[in-house]
Amino acid sequence: MSGSDPVKKNEAPVRFQPKPPKQPDGQGRIFVARHAMGRKVRGEALVANDGFSARYDLDRIAGIFSRPAHLLAGQSYVGKILVLNTAKGGVASAWMLHEMHSRGKVPLAIVFNSVNPILAQGAALGEITMLAGFDEDLTREIPHLAEVEIDPQGKTLRVL
Amino acid sequence: MRLTDEEQAILSGEFGEVPKIALAHQIKVGDFFGALDFAPVSQAHVMADTESLGEAGVRWLENLAAASDGSGRVRIPTITDPRGTDFTKAKQLRQADWMLELERRAIDAFVKLGVSMTDTCINYQTVLAATRGEHVAFGDTGVVIYSNSVGGARSNFEGGPSALSAGITGRTPRYGFHLDEHRQATLRVRVDWTPETLNDWGALGGVIGRLAGNYWSVPVVEGLERAPTSDELKHFGAAMASFGSIALFHVVGITPEASRLSDVGGEKLQPQRVGRSDIEALRQSYAVDTKVDVVVFSAPQLSLYELRSLAQLCEGRRFRIPLLAVTSPQVKPDSDRFGYTDRIEAAGGTVFSGMCFYQSYAREIAEANGWKRLATNSAKMVNILGGYGYVPMLASMEQCVSAAETGELE
Repeated sequence: MSGSDPVKKNEAPVRFQPKPPKQPDGQGRIFVARHAMGRKVRGEALVANDGFSARYDLDRIAGIFSRPAHLLAGQSYVGKILVLNTAKGGVASAWMLHEMHSRGKVPLAIVFNSVNPILAQGAALGEITMLAGFDEDLTREIPHLAEVEIDPQGKTLRVL
Repeated sequence: MRLTDEEQAILSGEFGEVPKIALAHQIKVGDFFGALDFAPVSQAHVMADTESLGEAGVRWLENLAAASDGSGRVRIPTITDPRGTDFTKAKQLRQADWMLELERRAIDAFVKLGVSMTDTCINYQTVLAATRGEHVAFGDTGVVIYSNSVGGARSNFEGGPSALSAGITGRTPRYGFHLDEHRQATLRVRVDWTPETLNDWGALGGVIGRLAGNYWSVPVVEGLERAPTSDELKHFGAAMASFGSIALFHVVGITPEASRLSDVGGEKLQPQRVGRSDIEALRQSYAVDTKVDVVVFSAPQLSLYELRSLAQLCEGRRFRIPLLAVTSPQVKPDSDRFGYTDRIEAAGGTVFSGMCFYQSYAREIAEANGWKRLATNSAKMVNILGGYGYVPMLASMEQCVSAAETGELE
């Protein structure tokens, strides 16, 4: 990964068409990211072809997705590995991930098809494992509620 | 990342504990994005309202300030985004004492770190506009997109911790919009209608933001029939950043890096058409009610000329519901001197300074005041406030002022 290639040059904006997720369990499959940080973690994946903003999408006190239109609305994100399409929203998320971490109401890891700097900066301060930048649409490739392992050192996500 | 001798020294603590913490944070982010080195920056702008910071963030700031021992002060001009209150009018908003106390603690910490409390998201209109090619570390997505696009400056979205780190170290990791290759267009938009009102400029920005879809997309826009004003581009960019997480756009023949379409590689892209019907569809998607509980002009803070327009519209009216207008501490004294504040407040409105509506505990003040249905001319704000439990509606400034008088949006 070079500093000049967070996405492929002149690639169309990452906005995958909503399609039903693939049903195979995907066990053993490994996906390689272009960006990674944090520690190795293992857990249950919440998967949705939707975005993520700590300010707009979450009830940070209850630890659930609260925006009614969000595909994960009503579900707890605490201790889960979120697999989502893209980072959204404003700069507040950088502080908010840190604040969520301080109360233990935080995802175990966040995996994005496409990330923006704010979420990466927030993950750095909030000590949250993060992967981003894949050749595949991960929201289609990873089964919802699958057990996955993230290894930032190897920049990999493995379906267990 | 490749570090200079000075950066190695900062990292080893030779410059003190605070610069060491700041640089270590920046290296984490730089490594994540594959930055090869740091770019020196000349200004930083820190977003840090206490609703976002929470107790944990304020304590983090206080710890930095306590550890600063004179070494942790910012080394470049570093300013702040709006605060979470206007202390002189907090009671009117029914903000709780704990909110104000958190704000005071954050301000104390920032001052100890040498940060200038400008409390504005329109610093490009009021403090010091960044210029073409100037590397900066700006927070607030509206500030970044305006500075990158209209000014030709170079900034990524810098969240509060990263922008403050940049202020302390005087540099930022060189990735994203600091690099030439990311400033080329990835989406070509041909508009067949030029907006007239600020809400329509915001709506156009929102439509293009949705089309573009993610941070790394760079729209280039053709077809505008005239050069927009700074306030029009302010609403256009702020909404594009809000709806699409976009940090840079070009307008052919208007913004500095796109004298011609080919300057930003736009001729290689298939144009997508955006017209009045798209803007109307966006507006209609928020037109779910006619009753209004509160009218708000904010996000971005109002310029002097927006306040002048608002003051003119307030003449001879008496409002039935609250009308709140939010501006910067730099603009407010002029608004007072020119009589705009008095004219707005004579009609029953209120002019706030140094805060932003949605960054001021929007959910809590809605509950405290019984506000749900909100009318505004800010497309950015309607995109945001749904998440806070409001029913936001987008209308022109004139329609919003009438709604304040009648309680209904026509």
